[in-house]
Amino acid sequence: MYVWVARPRLLAVRTCVVSMVAVDSQGPQDSAVRMFRRERSIPLRGSAAALCNNLSVLQLPSRNLTHFGVVHGPSAQLVSAAPEGVPLAQRQLHAKEGAGVSPPLITQVHWCVLPFRVLLVLTSHRGIQMYESDGSVMVYWHALDSGDASPVQAVFARGIAASGHFICVGTWSGQILVFDIPAKGPNIVLSEELAGHQTPVTDIATEPAQGQDYVADMVTADDSGLLCVWRSGPEFKLLTRIPGFGVPCPSVQLWHGTVAAGYGDGQVRLYEASTGTLHVQISAHARAICALDLAPEAGKLLSAAEDTFVHIWKLSRSPESGYTEVEHCHGECVPDTQVCGARFCDPSGSSFAVTGYDLAEILRFSSV
Amino acid sequence: MSVRTLPLLFLNLGGEMLYILDQRLRAQNIPGDKARKVLHDIISTMFNRKFMEELFKPQELYSKKALRTVYDRLAHASIMRLNQASMDKLYDLMTMAFKHQVLLCPRPKDVLLVTFNHLDAIKGFIQDSPAILHQVEEIFRQLTEVKCFFLLCLWQTYGGLSAGEFQLIRQTLLTFFQDLHIRVSLFLKDKVQNSNGRFVLPVSGPVPWGTEVPGLIRMFDSKGKEVKKVEFKHGGNYVTAPKEGSFELYGDRVLKLGTNMYSVNRPVETHMSGASKNLAPRTQENIAPNPLAKEELNFLARLMGGMEIKKPSGPEPGFRLNLFTTDEEEEQAALTRPEELSYEVINIQATQDQQRNEELARIMGELEVTDQPRQSASKGDDLLAMMDGL
Repeated sequence: MYVWVARPRLLAVRTCVVSMVAVDSQGPQDSAVRMFRRERSIPLRGSAAALCNNLSVLQLPSRNLTHFGVVHGPSAQLVSAAPEGVPLAQRQLHAKEGAGVSPPLITQVHWCVLPFRVLLVLTSHRGIQMYESDGSVMVYWHALDSGDASPVQAVFARGIAASGHFICVGTWSGQILVFDIPAKGPNIVLSEELAGHQTPVTDIATEPAQGQDYVADMVTADDSGLLCVWRSGPEFKLLTRIPGFGVPCPSVQLWHGTVAAGYGDGQVRLYEASTGTLHVQISAHARAICALDLAPEAGKLLSAAEDTFVHIWKLSRSPESGYTEVEHCHGECVPDTQVCGARFCDPSGSSFAVTGYDLAEILRFSSV
Repeated sequence: MSVRTLPLLFLNLGGEMLYILDQRLRAQNIPGDKARKVLHDIISTMFNRKFMEELFKPQELYSKKALRTVYDRLAHASIMRLNQASMDKLYDLMTMAFKHQVLLCPRPKDVLLVTFNHLDAIKGFIQDSPAILHQVEEIFRQLTEVKCFFLLCLWQTYGGLSAGEFQLIRQTLLTFFQDLHIRVSLFLKDKVQNSNGRFVLPVSGPVPWGTEVPGLIRMFDSKGKEVKKVEFKHGGNYVTAPKEGSFELYGDRVLKLGTNMYSVNRPVETHMSGASKNLAPRTQENIAPNPLAKEELNFLARLMGGMEIKKPSGPEPGFRLNLFTTDEEEEQAALTRPEELSYEVINIQATQDQQRNEELARIMGELEVTDQPRQSASKGDDLLAMMDGL
């Protein structure tokens, strides 16, 4: 049987020193917002796998709870925690089994917040599993069709996002599967298959449409670094393609019509979603970026990479020119940790959580 | 999971095994020609053509413990013998060394440079052998032939892969090594490993080739003209990469990961501490009964069927190699090894029988279990029960 040795782990956590680095060299102002302090971490049953975007956070402010989802390998763990990081409940999910030498590996878990419900989506090397938000009941299963895949091709789904009443999931072949989700019940239908990518999809980002027509409200990224910008609706429409640079783009975000993309060479680029025009290029990290996240209320962008650093950026629109501008707010080194997931834990971006490869805990930080 | 990962895993672990054996053979004062013969026998088994064909077939990775049986067999491809404790230590050292290399690879693609470093060293092991010249010619002849075939396999498998595919390979390797935190004294001494078994990730030195030193924000107008440039403090202390390592047959790999870190005055040691019990949570692999074990065994049988093992029954007497300084230490290690690091379940002793369809049956038949036999109804169930214990 599994033995969870909690106490020595907590002790080990306390001795682990996390250094604060790099208060911004630029501005002297609002230093209070810039400093983050390490909070009590949340123990996990298994360590986090070396995947990109390997942390999903669902904030439930009304219930004073935060849900965390982390992939271990063939299993994923859901933990809900009170604000002080006290773990309250946890659940283990597994990928549906199929033929093969070893149990299928999970590629991502992500909560999709839809207008009337929240679903937890799990992608693996076999298919797509959709659960009620607490992971208790699987409401839908979509098996991947490896049909024309060559034997050397790894078949998997990866990249999950909700757009309106749709859930979009990327695949190994570059397709985006669009599922129509009813307000309740398991009657989920695959409504569309979008072609735009030729290489495996890495990540999908969406934002609520502002009510205008032809507004870009979804962006998808792939292993070649290509970005596709879409307008959602009963029929999704491809608006722009932003070419890559030969390095993968593991993570994307969308904020007020601006695409933020993090690349395998440590660069973060900001594009105008509707036109694909490059506005900002940041030499942000020394290793591959593994996760981006947005705190929409504050316009804060988080970037996390395998170089052990997490950076927080402030995005703004210059009032004169209308261009997107960026300011560096905070840099956090998580020593000797190949970061694999990082997310803000509140809409204002005053706290964030980090996971690392081989690390059996979720690290939490909040502003002082 | 990438199905192209096994060759890289096998070759690099094999390379590390040769480094360690080479060092221990010297430390144990095994005569030079005998020591070289051992390395040659292992190398020619590793690069056996039939084995290579099986190795390079697209396939999933085996579990850590299943792969150990492959190395168990490989290590015994010569007149040298290792007992359980020494074999455990050898495998621990190999796996931790390659885990370190994969983790510190600047770019996912650079795991190929690590492989080239190992292959360059293996080439050195073969060339450096004046004492057994008559065999060298034969080895060279075989080797040129095998080398061509091997390079073709390597080129076909990894030649045109994209950065994304290499990333998947690296993720697959890291999944294989997940939750393995054995402390290696050489790493602790060199400060590349912390006392909790985790590796140190440096935040200084050259950035990967093709990556800019972090610390600059550039903003552009709608016409693509740079309008503003702001520096920020990243927190690391990086410099530009001097040059890219060579992916050619010969050349400067630049990267030092994967080169031989052992020497006579840097002996091979491992610390197997109880502390790692608490730090490394048990993995799925150890706890869940694996219904796929039979299939894994099947794959394993096919792979190992390609291995040609010379029986130590020739004119030369065999000898036992000890990975520890003394026999007492070795005995002690066997007794104190933490339970979760125990591999003592299967011992596949395949022989020369090459007939594909008989292999599985044979290996099943020869499977030896060193702990108490379990009670189960059928032969197949027995096998699964054994593999569950893996």
